[in-house]
Amino acid sequence: MRDVAVIGVGCTPFGEKWETSFRHLFIEAGALALDDAQVAGEQIDAMYVGNMSAGRFVEQEHIGALIADYAGLASHHIPSTRVEAACSSGGLAFRQAVIAVASGMEDIVVAAGVEKMTDVATGASVDTLAGAADREWEGFVGATFPGLYAMLATDYMHRYPLTREQLAQVAVKNHYNGARNPIAQFQQEITIDTVLKSSLVADPLRLFDCSPITDGAAAVILAPLERAREFTDTPVRVLASAQASDTITLHDRRDISTLDATVAAGRKAFSIAGLTPKDINLVEVHDCFTIAEICAIEDLGFCKKGEAGKLTEDGVTSLHGSIPVNTSGGLKACGHPVGATGIKQVYEVVQQLRGEAGKRQVSGAKIGMTHNVGGTGATVAVHILGV
Amino acid sequence: MSVARFWRKIPQRYNLIGTQCTTCGRYFFPPRTFCPECRRAGNIVDHKFRGYGTVVTHTVIRTASEQFEQMTPYVLAIVELDEGPRITAQIVCEPEEVFIGMKVTPVFRRIAADGESGVIHYGTKYVPAE
Repeated sequence: MRDVAVIGVGCTPFGEKWETSFRHLFIEAGALALDDAQVAGEQIDAMYVGNMSAGRFVEQEHIGALIADYAGLASHHIPSTRVEAACSSGGLAFRQAVIAVASGMEDIVVAAGVEKMTDVATGASVDTLAGAADREWEGFVGATFPGLYAMLATDYMHRYPLTREQLAQVAVKNHYNGARNPIAQFQQEITIDTVLKSSLVADPLRLFDCSPITDGAAAVILAPLERAREFTDTPVRVLASAQASDTITLHDRRDISTLDATVAAGRKAFSIAGLTPKDINLVEVHDCFTIAEICAIEDLGFCKKGEAGKLTEDGVTSLHGSIPVNTSGGLKACGHPVGATGIKQVYEVVQQLRGEAGKRQVSGAKIGMTHNVGGTGATVAVHILGV
Repeated sequence: MSVARFWRKIPQRYNLIGTQCTTCGRYFFPPRTFCPECRRAGNIVDHKFRGYGTVVTHTVIRTASEQFEQMTPYVLAIVELDEGPRITAQIVCEPEEVFIGMKVTPVFRRIAADGESGVIHYGTKYVPAE
């Protein structure tokens, strides 16, 4: 196995991009990444594209070829592969690209993610996202995606000391970070009151506990570490890549409030890298809902079960805390174009490790982690990056 | 959901027909045809669940997908059946009535309709047992 490095990154601004089509979103991100890596299109050996549901959002399948075509690479005939695992499609695309380079099969590989969600009405979008859970036995009876995480939150708050205010603080913190991120969908700070006064979506979760519907794309370029300096002075090493699965339904989990797939992928990643949670300078976790960030912090091992609410309240996970969580603004404030999110997490960590994160820079960041969840925890991808 | 897709699951949705692995005794609802414990040594047979259960966790859906928009707010819960398996189902009660540990009884109800001219989906919801 070869060591792998990220040599370039690019990301579109996230938001409701009425003027931009699916394919142009991707091309914008890809061009930024190639430019950053100083790589010419014809040097690319392969592409992996994370995308949850172009079929339902824009009625387009076969997007591997579509994207290679519009990237101007049709005549190069490179392999271009779509990767799908609901909201963790991006994280899995990144992992497939890492595997391709590490194995020696390919050298210069693009890992990208794209989702164009606003070309359908909100109801249709909610229904498409429900497909990340079990359509036959969750969606059929009226379970929405926020509804499933709400049931997780009800269980968690029944068993552990988490206040409604601590949960709201997750969103407040992520909006603070988003306000310092030029690509974030929401660049406004909010207060706990903003969250508590927003409308209920699925009790106890309110509108400001939920990540938004977003258009966006992100791309990163990978190369074998030994070739990385041909392209960049600031390669970022992939120290670990781990992935785990669990039951598709929330109701079949061993423990509703613990994402066992996060625990498994996290442990494996730490083991591969030879690191512990104490070694991590910042982490991008999958905060599709505020409760998801609480669980992620605990399930990755940054604190014990039941302690993440207090940790958040005490500012430990804030930008200047000892373990900054979601410096990008997370899914909550930066936005959540589902297939692109896993790649955007890598984009954020790479910017931090290069010292290019501007107003949200974590000083002296050397090691960062990404945590990308599909569904309510049926798929999890964890990566550790370092300089 | 196509007519055939709904029709083939009618025994499960109307009458709670799940499965049991007679090798290890575990019950499955929704039905599994492969026991995760015994794997190929498993022996799967049909089992009709009594349907009684207990609320494990719950929420009130206030923003729903298109098919359920007109029913909001409605109570959704994970129910642990007396035989062991857990299922996701609606509880027919007021939002403030549901609680963790609530005993519930199955009832046959309309779940949703497939558009204005499509089939009506029936299935199992729950009501408070007391």
